[in-house]
Amino acid sequence: MSEQKKYQTIEEKQYLVRFNADTKSHLHVKDEEICLTKCPDKICTIFCPAEIYKWEDIRMHVGYEGCHECGSCRIGCPHQNIKWEYPKGGHGIVFRLG
Amino acid sequence: MSEKFDAIVVGAGPAGTSCAHDLAKGGAHVLLLERGEYPGSKNVMGGVLYRKMMEDIIPEFYKEAPLERPIVEQRFMMMDKESAVTFSYKGMEWGKEPYNNFTVLRAKFDQWFADKAVQQGAILINETVVLECIVENGKVVGVRTDRPNGDVYADVVVLADGVNSLLAQSLGFHKEYRPDEVALATMEILKLDKKVIEDRFNLEDNQGCTIELFGDATKGILGTGFLYTNKDTLSIGVGTLLSGLIKHKIKPYELLEYVKAHPMIRTLIQGSEPQEYLAHLIPEGGYHSMGRIVGDGVIVIGDASQLVNAIHREGSNLAMTSGRLAAETILLAKEAGDFSEKALDHYRVRLLEGFVGQDMKKYKDSTHHFDRNPHYFDQYIPMLNKAASQMFTVDGQSKWEKQKKIWKDLGTPKEKMKMARDMYRAWKVVK
Repeated sequence: MSEQKKYQTIEEKQYLVRFNADTKSHLHVKDEEICLTKCPDKICTIFCPAEIYKWEDIRMHVGYEGCHECGSCRIGCPHQNIKWEYPKGGHGIVFRLG
Repeated sequence: MSEKFDAIVVGAGPAGTSCAHDLAKGGAHVLLLERGEYPGSKNVMGGVLYRKMMEDIIPEFYKEAPLERPIVEQRFMMMDKESAVTFSYKGMEWGKEPYNNFTVLRAKFDQWFADKAVQQGAILINETVVLECIVENGKVVGVRTDRPNGDVYADVVVLADGVNSLLAQSLGFHKEYRPDEVALATMEILKLDKKVIEDRFNLEDNQGCTIELFGDATKGILGTGFLYTNKDTLSIGVGTLLSGLIKHKIKPYELLEYVKAHPMIRTLIQGSEPQEYLAHLIPEGGYHSMGRIVGDGVIVIGDASQLVNAIHREGSNLAMTSGRLAAETILLAKEAGDFSEKALDHYRVRLLEGFVGQDMKKYKDSTHHFDRNPHYFDQYIPMLNKAASQMFTVDGQSKWEKQKKIWKDLGTPKEKMKMARDMYRAWKVVK
């Protein structure tokens, strides 16, 4: 049997999921200044299970298209700085199996 | 949508669909709203569906529902880095009627279940988000949806909108959860030949096995992993308190990969092909985190009311029972023509006096106890592994000598006292 590849990346995992993304984001950073000046850890970039939060030098990039709508960022943001809504009806993630 | 319903149920998961099914069966005019493309498209579960609570809604459902495998063996692995102490129960009585539980794939199962509610007369509308409850004079009278002219009215609104119940929160029924009140679970569905699954897990056709993983599966953080057998797929996942991921700065998908690569696990999933990756929150705050669940014209059920028994990985069954009791309550209220909080309180009373309330109370302190005392997972499980390894390794030392060494390795008398106290306290929070 062939050697199984040791680790699968988050990009490879996300590729397995079907998304029907809306044209508008359902996630908003309330105050960009807080991420820049008050949040050295930027822990959302770590615990988000889809790695949709990415820090780009001076601002938080939110790749909402790949969101699993789990709610972790809303609850886990140490500054309650994320406005979290459900995507428009029928949009967002579409689980086919589990 | 201008007609008025007896009840509007928000969310077509196990709780909402159970409620809508029984309401329609009882002759109520009921609207079931689902935000996903189809019921199940937003729902995630490790995969165990309990027979009893499902049969309370649909007797002998297992003769037609899309199930994966009836579970005949439940294994528990206490894992260290390169070892595991495993215990298990396997019984053939679970492999035949009336069965104990089944693995299911939710996207398939939830669609089938919602169909059953529709057959009873419930009206299911997909792709519809409820933005807020319409409140008049302190009473919930309907919902505002994201559809054009999307206000709909009813005598009772049932909130079955899941762990992220923004609706219950906006009514002031509960505060925003803290990161130590929710667990973040990630899982994957892995494709594997049916025959290989049966050989590898020691199963016959139409038999399944569940494995719960403790200890090193979560790198010692409070949480568990799981590996369940489906027909021709495996479900593998890992869940930890969100606060644990934050504290240890761990990426959840890397933890999942760590479990998949663990020497005790990788041989079981070898050669499988990932089909889907899923993430979801589980409400694990328990009884103390439950908010208000009844108000004037409104009832909260399922995950939206924190109904999860984390110790026994039960949730969908509590959801179904809460949905059934909500339906029972609403039918009584309809007969009496009274939808006040006082009339609907019947639901809360029935829920708390039954197994749901009793189990929620029994384990009310368990999550917080194990969260505050991480050494159960990061010290005692490795100790157990080491003791087993020493005892069963034949190396010329007498068993007496081995026992003496194991006893000595447990630490100083003071450390042993602490362990004894911890064991007693662990017993107390789950007794």
